[in-house]
Amino acid sequence: MSTDYIVGIDLGTTNSLVAYMQGDSPVVIPGEDGLNLVPSVVALDENNQIVVGNAARKYLIETPERAVYSVKRLMGRGVEDVQDELKLFPFQLADDLQSGEVIRIKLGEKTFTPPELSAFILRQLKRNAERFFGAPVTQAVITVPAYFNDAQRQATKDAGRIAGLNVLRLVNEPTAASLAYGLDKKKHGIVVVYDLGGGTFDISILKLHDGIFEVISTNGDTHLGGDDIDNLLIAIALDDIRGDLGLDLRRNGEAVARIRKAVIEAKIALSSQPAAKLDVDLPNGNKYQREISIEVFEQMIQPIIDRTVGPCKQALKDAGLKPEQIDEVVLVGGSTRIPKVRRLVQDLFQRVPHTDLNPDEVVALGAAVQATILGGGSEITKEMLLLDVTPLSLGIEVAGGVTDKVILRNSTIPASATQYYTTQVDGQTNVAIHVLQGERELARDCRSLARFDLKSVPPMPAGLPRIEVKFLIDANGILRVSAREQRSGKEAEIDVQPTYGLSDEQVENMLLESFDYAEEDFRQRQVIEARREADTILAALAKGKRNPAWPELTSEERGQVEALEKALIEVKDGDDHHAIRTGIDALNQATMRLAELMMDTAVASALKGKAMDDTDFEEGPQAGHPVAKAEFK
Amino acid sequence: MTESKSSLILPGQAPGEATPSCWSCGTMRAVHFCSSCGKVQPPVPVDYFTFFGFPRKLNLDTAELEKEFYALSRRLHPDVFGQAGSQERVWSLEQSSMLNDAYRTLKDPIKRTEYLLRLEGVELEEQSKQATEKARATGELKKQVVPPDLLEEVFELNMHLEELRMQKTLGEDDPALLEEIGKAKLSLEEKYDALLNELKTEWNKWDNSVNGGTEEDRRKILEKMLDVLNRRNYVRNLVRDVNEVIGNL
Repeated sequence: MSTDYIVGIDLGTTNSLVAYMQGDSPVVIPGEDGLNLVPSVVALDENNQIVVGNAARKYLIETPERAVYSVKRLMGRGVEDVQDELKLFPFQLADDLQSGEVIRIKLGEKTFTPPELSAFILRQLKRNAERFFGAPVTQAVITVPAYFNDAQRQATKDAGRIAGLNVLRLVNEPTAASLAYGLDKKKHGIVVVYDLGGGTFDISILKLHDGIFEVISTNGDTHLGGDDIDNLLIAIALDDIRGDLGLDLRRNGEAVARIRKAVIEAKIALSSQPAAKLDVDLPNGNKYQREISIEVFEQMIQPIIDRTVGPCKQALKDAGLKPEQIDEVVLVGGSTRIPKVRRLVQDLFQRVPHTDLNPDEVVALGAAVQATILGGGSEITKEMLLLDVTPLSLGIEVAGGVTDKVILRNSTIPASATQYYTTQVDGQTNVAIHVLQGERELARDCRSLARFDLKSVPPMPAGLPRIEVKFLIDANGILRVSAREQRSGKEAEIDVQPTYGLSDEQVENMLLESFDYAEEDFRQRQVIEARREADTILAALAKGKRNPAWPELTSEERGQVEALEKALIEVKDGDDHHAIRTGIDALNQATMRLAELMMDTAVASALKGKAMDDTDFEEGPQAGHPVAKAEFK
Repeated sequence: MTESKSSLILPGQAPGEATPSCWSCGTMRAVHFCSSCGKVQPPVPVDYFTFFGFPRKLNLDTAELEKEFYALSRRLHPDVFGQAGSQERVWSLEQSSMLNDAYRTLKDPIKRTEYLLRLEGVELEEQSKQATEKARATGELKKQVVPPDLLEEVFELNMHLEELRMQKTLGEDDPALLEEIGKAKLSLEEKYDALLNELKTEWNKWDNSVNGGTEEDRRKILEKMLDVLNRRNYVRNLVRDVNEVIGNL
């Protein structure tokens, strides 16, 4: 079966979506529940099965130790740099975590890495799309915050692979949004995208020119979003409760989850109302009740939303632009619904921001546009091309622990730099290179990306080898390194130790494990589908037996049909879809003559001027012959 | 699609020398893609000017450069090769990274000049902050020559800055001193801009020498450009130092 659907996926901190290009317009694909947003929540149910999205939300309150949200905050990060997160989020790390190992999160008795948890969300989106298309989906464009570093991007790509998706491209979220906005009207000029989501903040400044979307500068904070507002409100509520009721509920997962749900509802209400009420049931019949006015709310969140100002100013400075040179401002991300945020953006850029597209969906829609471009394009995307930049400078550690920047931030990607290395000692055959990402002068203040060991350098006197190392940031914003010893012309072997992240082998193993899951899922789905078909054919047969054609069968034929009917009813409730299918096929065969007779009856009736509807023709056993379902392989 | 003017034949080929041919159709190829069948080609080591099909001149029409950049991006960017074979995808990645590197270098007047100097074999002096940090960390002395025409000004400014730092530790405040420093900073900023104009004069000389100057003429122009760049970097570092001291107040 050959179908080439390439979907666009917004893998968000709070919600995730999958979209595709329907003709000339991108549309979001709803889940089985009919909803566009899939909450980025993963839980283990009572049977140790993974549950994702809306279905998983109830576990956040019922069994908080078996559910996780906002896992995007942990992508591509080490244990040391998530300490702040651990204080604010109910992440439970695995007990046996070694230093230097990729973080693993406990869900019940099982542990999963952040890419695996993200892969569960991606797999759900993949399934939603497959259900929608009735065909397999194996290729995707996934969006990431523009300010994501190399490790965070790599972790997202790994998640895609684990979910069985070939990730054709990682696209920066604000850039994707600009694609969705720029689709209908051919625009020119300078556009600012302000993207404040559930957990990340990005600012991107683009120049639009004849369908080319050229990012000039980008900045942001990968740990700033609606989550921070929620956590602040939760902290205030917990303080209140301690003061008013003398209860310390900080360690009570269920109570915190209830408070969280209430403050999120209040936050949303405050985007359209002057005040909101908090009313939370607490343990032992206690209650927490409070009213928050918009004024108090805005005062409380001021320090959080003020944190977006610095990156905005830096982005303007890097672009060499003044606010009055901005032509349009676009708002993206659920947190931009907050009126106070809108006012801040308006003041900063002196423009009334655009809000015509749903800020929750616009990134996924843009990803779908990019998916179409990568798939060879359509009439509407023909002239469109995205030129993005790397958000952070790439550097190499040199003597004295100083960072030597080789690719500067806001360089258009793909971008490359060539560096030359030599040896310090006679006969040295290894050269170690430490690659960093960040803006700071000292290596220890930058993010360590990886240590490369150049091996099998031909032994020569010190200083003689000339090793050419090429650093290339690809269109996904991910680093690739190649090296060559110039005097011998030999490709140097590179041993990469990613500082944070999974090795290829680990990803491969997870992939296999997820195949196991997938197989289990696939089997279950086949059983369900086979049962459904069995029910249809059995219902059709029940009707057929009331048809005048039924007595026309020989008693032998009737006996055979009834025996097979009984057999199918028996296997139908089992777990063996092969047996069910065999039963269906056998019954189909045996009822062939009945179907023919019914057809004759129908024709005869029609000739007699009887309406077709009066016969059972349409619902005869033939109608029970199912239309072949798409094969999921 | 507009035909890019830079699809020229590889430079440096003697007549009769075998022309590298397109991997796909076998006809003559250009730097980035085949001029006959349009397929992307494996990158060849050419300089950035040649990559864009420009002469090695410093006065450069940046609007023209941008137009070429967009035209080449439309043909070389990896997004255009989403459905191509893996080899072509690699070449597209390499070609478009070279395109971006070249565009970034040529569109900036200073980077463009520095690039030309390196192409012509002139070693640039390290006046950058990075070099300062490196020197600080390793304890080595940084090569830093005060341009003679700035000697007096720099001497005075450094005294003022030292005074300001002292006052700062004592918690004192001297508006007159701040004003002095502010004035010096303004003068430095003016000098910074003037140096760009001085550089542009040398550009004109260089561009003229490309069409028939002597080797010695060219060498002199290159030396002069290096001198202007070094002075400019020196002034820039001074302004940054001033900003640091003022900013820390």
